[in-house]
Amino acid sequence: MFTKLIKKSGVMTCVAGALMLVMSQSALAVDLTVYTAVEAEDLARYAETFNKDHPDINIKWVRDSTGIVTAKLLAEKNNPQADVIWGLAGTSLLLMKSEGMLEPYKPKGVELLDPKFVDQSPVPSWTGMDAWVAAVCYNTVEAAKHNLKPPKTWTDLLKPMYKGHLIMPNPNSSGTGFLDVSSWLQMFGKEQGGWDYMDRLHKNIARYTHSGSKPCKLAAAGEIPIGISFAFRGARSKAKGAPIEIIVPEEGVGWEMEASGIIAGTPNLKAAQTLIDWSISKTAMEMYNTAYAVVGMPGVAKPVKYFPDTLLERMIVNDFEWAANNRKAILAEWLKRYDSKSEAK
Amino acid sequence: MTEPTAAPDKSSKVYLQIDRLTKKFGTFVALDSVSLEVYEGEFICFLGPSGCGKTTLLRAIAGLDIQTSGTVRQADVDISALPPFERDFGIVFQSYALFPNLTAERNIAFGLENQKLDKSAVTKRVNELLELVGLPDQGPKYPAQLSGGQQQRIALARALATSPGLLLLDEPLSALDAKVRGHLRHEMKTLQRRLGVTTVMVTHDQEEALTMADRIVVMNQGVIEQVGTPTEIYREPDTLFVADFIGAMNQVEGRVNDDNSVSIGELSFKSRSHGLSREAPVVAAIRPEDIVPEGIGDYSSQDSSAENSLEAEIEDMEFLGSFWRVSLKNSALGGANLIADLSINATRRLEVDTGSTIRVKLPADRLWIFPPAGSA
Amino acid sequence: MTESATIAAGAAPLIKPRTSKDDRVMVGFILVICLYLLITLAFPLYAMLSKSFSTYAFDLTNFEFQVNTGDGWSETFNAAEQNEKIQKFKPEDLVTSSDGRLAPTEFFPEFSFRSPTLYKLRQVRGDTSFLFGTERVDDTDWHEYSSNDFRRIVIRPSGATGLDNFRTYFSTPALFRSIENSLFISILSTIITVSLAFWFAYALNRSRMRFKGLFRLIAMIPILVPSLLPGIALVYLFGNQGMIKGLLFGESIYGPIGIVMGSVFFTFPHALIIITTALAISDGRLYEAATALRASRWRTFWTVTIPGARYGLISAAFVVFNLVITDFGLPKVIGGQYNMLAVDIYKQVIGQQNFEMGAVVSVVLLVPALLAFGIDRYVQKKQVAQLSARSVPYVPKPHKQFDRICLGYCSLIAIFIVGLIAVCQYAALIKFWPYNLSFSLDNYNFKVMDGGGWDSYTNSIQLGLYTALAGTVIVFIGAYMVEKTNGFFATRSSFQFLAMMPMAIPGMVLGLAYIFFFNNPDNPLNTIYGTLLIMVICTVTHFYTVSHLTAVTALKQMDREFESVAASLKQPFHKLFSKVTVPVCLPSILDISIYLFVNAMTTVSAVIFLYSPDTTLASVAVLNMDDAGDVAPAAAMGMMIFYTNVGARLIHQFVSRNVVRRTQAWRGN
Repeated sequence: MFTKLIKKSGVMTCVAGALMLVMSQSALAVDLTVYTAVEAEDLARYAETFNKDHPDINIKWVRDSTGIVTAKLLAEKNNPQADVIWGLAGTSLLLMKSEGMLEPYKPKGVELLDPKFVDQSPVPSWTGMDAWVAAVCYNTVEAAKHNLKPPKTWTDLLKPMYKGHLIMPNPNSSGTGFLDVSSWLQMFGKEQGGWDYMDRLHKNIARYTHSGSKPCKLAAAGEIPIGISFAFRGARSKAKGAPIEIIVPEEGVGWEMEASGIIAGTPNLKAAQTLIDWSISKTAMEMYNTAYAVVGMPGVAKPVKYFPDTLLERMIVNDFEWAANNRKAILAEWLKRYDSKSEAK
Repeated sequence: MTEPTAAPDKSSKVYLQIDRLTKKFGTFVALDSVSLEVYEGEFICFLGPSGCGKTTLLRAIAGLDIQTSGTVRQADVDISALPPFERDFGIVFQSYALFPNLTAERNIAFGLENQKLDKSAVTKRVNELLELVGLPDQGPKYPAQLSGGQQQRIALARALATSPGLLLLDEPLSALDAKVRGHLRHEMKTLQRRLGVTTVMVTHDQEEALTMADRIVVMNQGVIEQVGTPTEIYREPDTLFVADFIGAMNQVEGRVNDDNSVSIGELSFKSRSHGLSREAPVVAAIRPEDIVPEGIGDYSSQDSSAENSLEAEIEDMEFLGSFWRVSLKNSALGGANLIADLSINATRRLEVDTGSTIRVKLPADRLWIFPPAGSA
Repeated sequence: MTESATIAAGAAPLIKPRTSKDDRVMVGFILVICLYLLITLAFPLYAMLSKSFSTYAFDLTNFEFQVNTGDGWSETFNAAEQNEKIQKFKPEDLVTSSDGRLAPTEFFPEFSFRSPTLYKLRQVRGDTSFLFGTERVDDTDWHEYSSNDFRRIVIRPSGATGLDNFRTYFSTPALFRSIENSLFISILSTIITVSLAFWFAYALNRSRMRFKGLFRLIAMIPILVPSLLPGIALVYLFGNQGMIKGLLFGESIYGPIGIVMGSVFFTFPHALIIITTALAISDGRLYEAATALRASRWRTFWTVTIPGARYGLISAAFVVFNLVITDFGLPKVIGGQYNMLAVDIYKQVIGQQNFEMGAVVSVVLLVPALLAFGIDRYVQKKQVAQLSARSVPYVPKPHKQFDRICLGYCSLIAIFIVGLIAVCQYAALIKFWPYNLSFSLDNYNFKVMDGGGWDSYTNSIQLGLYTALAGTVIVFIGAYMVEKTNGFFATRSSFQFLAMMPMAIPGMVLGLAYIFFFNNPDNPLNTIYGTLLIMVICTVTHFYTVSHLTAVTALKQMDREFESVAASLKQPFHKLFSKVTVPVCLPSILDISIYLFVNAMTTVSAVIFLYSPDTTLASVAVLNMDDAGDVAPAAAMGMMIFYTNVGARLIHQFVSRNVVRRTQAWRGN
């Protein structure tokens, strides 16, 4: 009798427990609004992989180009709509941090990351995922039509034969454009040399695009022989069958990390922290590696198809803090020099 | 012209009482302290030129444009400030304002809905009204399929559907052609008498007013000039305006001799008593049909009938069917011509012709003396 | 009657009309819709205007230093004093934007990061901040730094109000040159479009050529696509890999040429509608008179046709001008480096996060738009007066040679229009232009592209339907109330004014104004920010004026006395409204709905600032895909919008023919 009762109550407890589990799980299912600039074609895969480990967190992506996401975040400074940033230019995250928009959080396993990929404050406000690296997309078919030779260095691009055959992103709207400009300034001289280089380059540029991936896509489509863009985009286009060579100029190339952070004031802090923890996990790093040759956790990256092998060694030592704090001034100067001049033909 | 037999006598009950109604549009005074009483069952016409305030008065009675000051009482209730919705009237507009997407019957039934009538009662009432306005078969037609006169009658039926205490008609016939108009005038009048509904009609057409109204309110520049039966208005005009506006009237400038005498040009005439001071400039007025022809040079009686008669040359003659309208000239009148309507008989008897001279008499009791227009 | 006698002794009482329930309800409606327009138009614009005056500058008096070169700490001095001493920055140099930064090392000419000098820095008030590296400091404590650390300090500006933004704008050639560009492009496009549209309308009205119906239909196509679609087509035609780029003789399509060509395409139907109306109302008797006087065709044209259509031409010119100068999508796609005002707003806001400057450019763009709008309204009034005159329609006589010329001309225009659309469709179906010309549907796989995938397409349809539904209801009720209520003159005329305003407000300006107004935490309405609702509201407001005018025109044709009759029959206004007003106006109501739907499907400018992840739109997706270099998918999505609008139009036609036939039986006689 007694045992029977126990048995019965045991069954009851089990049922109740299961019920509670179901209920708590459904109660736990959180919608996280995630702002990102990660390429559209990767988003679904990222969310899927994440949900394998955390099915209770539902990611709602807000995807746009770096400039637009950054603008959106700043516009919403006093009324944040995002919970998490996952995959936005590191420079933008520095900007968010200086506006006090990020919630400092030390994610699990942060010590495994390359220190370059972690905010150096005691409690970091952001962590890096991977790096995208500038490169030149070179359409061999179109170049042949114009009798062009492939450039080896940035300085090569100044040659008169490339006049009108070059496209690069406008740094005012494109993160890629900005990393190009900031890398040239760092390589050729912040005060003078960099600007001299751009002055001469500008003469060869056909036009500036708003987005950073467009120059490579245009080069892939033959709209222009040479597009200054980033390696990842070039690899993608090459994979699709475009007659593209990815050139990594010998002087070195600018790069930018993709980073993540939690928006201060999010009502879903727990879920946001779970996502950030996961975003620097080995699984995540391996996931990034399918597209990006450089990831934040040393030793994880495997070579990526179509990526030039010289890429890693040619990445410059990038001073992100300098870039972030001088971004405004650099862009203003760029605007003054090239945005108006280019119209007068 | 016969005296309307159904004119209610003054002892009838006052149904609508308008007291010192003033309506201003900005600085423009459209109605200036108008007072009027309308008796129960009466057909009253507001007559006047456009802009005289008659429509404004009608709309004030309806509550469509409420007056600035003054009161309106209907059936002993002060309705001065009530919106139209809370008043008791039916209205027919010049445009009829029939709902184009509803059939004639549904137009008529419009006011009967949500009045706690069941469907069959509504249908019955609609048919009754269609019968009443003489269009029993036209119910299912759309307004656009009806003639102007038929539309007008449907509008009337719709206004009467709720059996309002007061029927307001705003130039209801002016959009119709002359023949239909004449016919409908009679019909509406008969209908009004049959139903006994107190009716106010606005018109600028004196013929319409004279034939239809029990009493006419002649209005000018925001004030009432005269109120009276059609014969009173026609025969006994109180003011030069009324005299001028209703029917044809000779108007000759003159000067007062004494209370019942006036001089025109070099001549002197006996007139109706007028109470104006001596030497005051006046207008002497006489209707063309009141000028009596006495013969060509035939001056048989030398008694007092010589008074108020004069010889005049016939300058022009116009044949108007049932009579001749002749233009008479006498240099002694100070350049003014007189118009006289002479019967066919009289012209034949007197062998009147253009260029001939005729003796006419201006009967003293038909010769009106008014202060000239413009003087208060 | 003693009572009346006593009243008569005093002055007549003033009457304060008692309002009926109907009146109160109607005024309630007017107030609600007035409030709606205030919230959705006036307040956001005000917020934007004030934003344009909100400036940022470095407040040097708020930063105090102490320096220790090894012999103890110096006196406290502030940056302003130091600046004066070394004559470094002029006041205008200190004006910046909200994310401006200034390194305090600038105040120390002798600064070297290797020197052992120590620096102390503090803020007098806590309303500014400075950064150490990326670390934000906003307290008022003293902070001590070594030289090597001190170089990592940047100070942040503080906010104020003033004209500085405008001063900056007009002293930055890159920015104010856009005014010139915008005016140039708009005027050039206006001249070309109006001339082309005039001859097209002339051929339709004055010749007896064949296929008039077909030409009319084709001419309306551009209304059904986003303004940036012709830009994409032009890239395929005249871009560096263009099919017929030789026709440009080496000129680049990216820039003025492309913008003007595209502008002509998308403004053509707008001009055509206005000019056709103007030509249709001209009096046939004048032509008979001219023939009787043996005036030559040419002379008749200049003395009869042109004067008769002049208001139409002027009106068309201003409408086209306004469309071009406020358009954003087209110059964005094909403008290259050629800056225009509407794109500048986007670049300032999206590219540089400089919202204040975005607001300034918006204000600048408002000026020509408002001017053009004002002149157009003035001219339209004149045209209406001309219309009311009785006239006999002109019936053209056959004239073989003239008809053949007309046919040829119209065919050319039709080929241009159909050609651009066909190119888009072709491009959308090509696997990889120009290297792989096999057909595939890959470009319709929007999931792997920017812009929100197929969701953005369904979102757009939702937006279109909601906008059509809500917009029609709001607009029609608003127009009814303003047309048919008595009294409340001030309320009604201010409502009229508000209802006319949206036409003068460029979409970009409206969208930006919405960010400023609705994305403000103090605004209780900020919860709608980022939802579909705010885009519905924005789109309804953006296209309010034309809808409103359509409704008002329909309502004006109704007898003014319907309301009086209904009141006399003791029927509430809502019964009249539902039983008579709405059925009679149904054709116009359907017109408003389709107008709103089509525009909601194609608009880019206002909603570009307002969409969120759940509410991406097809039209914005076209822009974003093109932006990312996915030009073919952009064309594919653009064509989806086109087919959807064609479908909507067909449904509209069907409904108009059938449902309306029932409710409008009375019209048939």
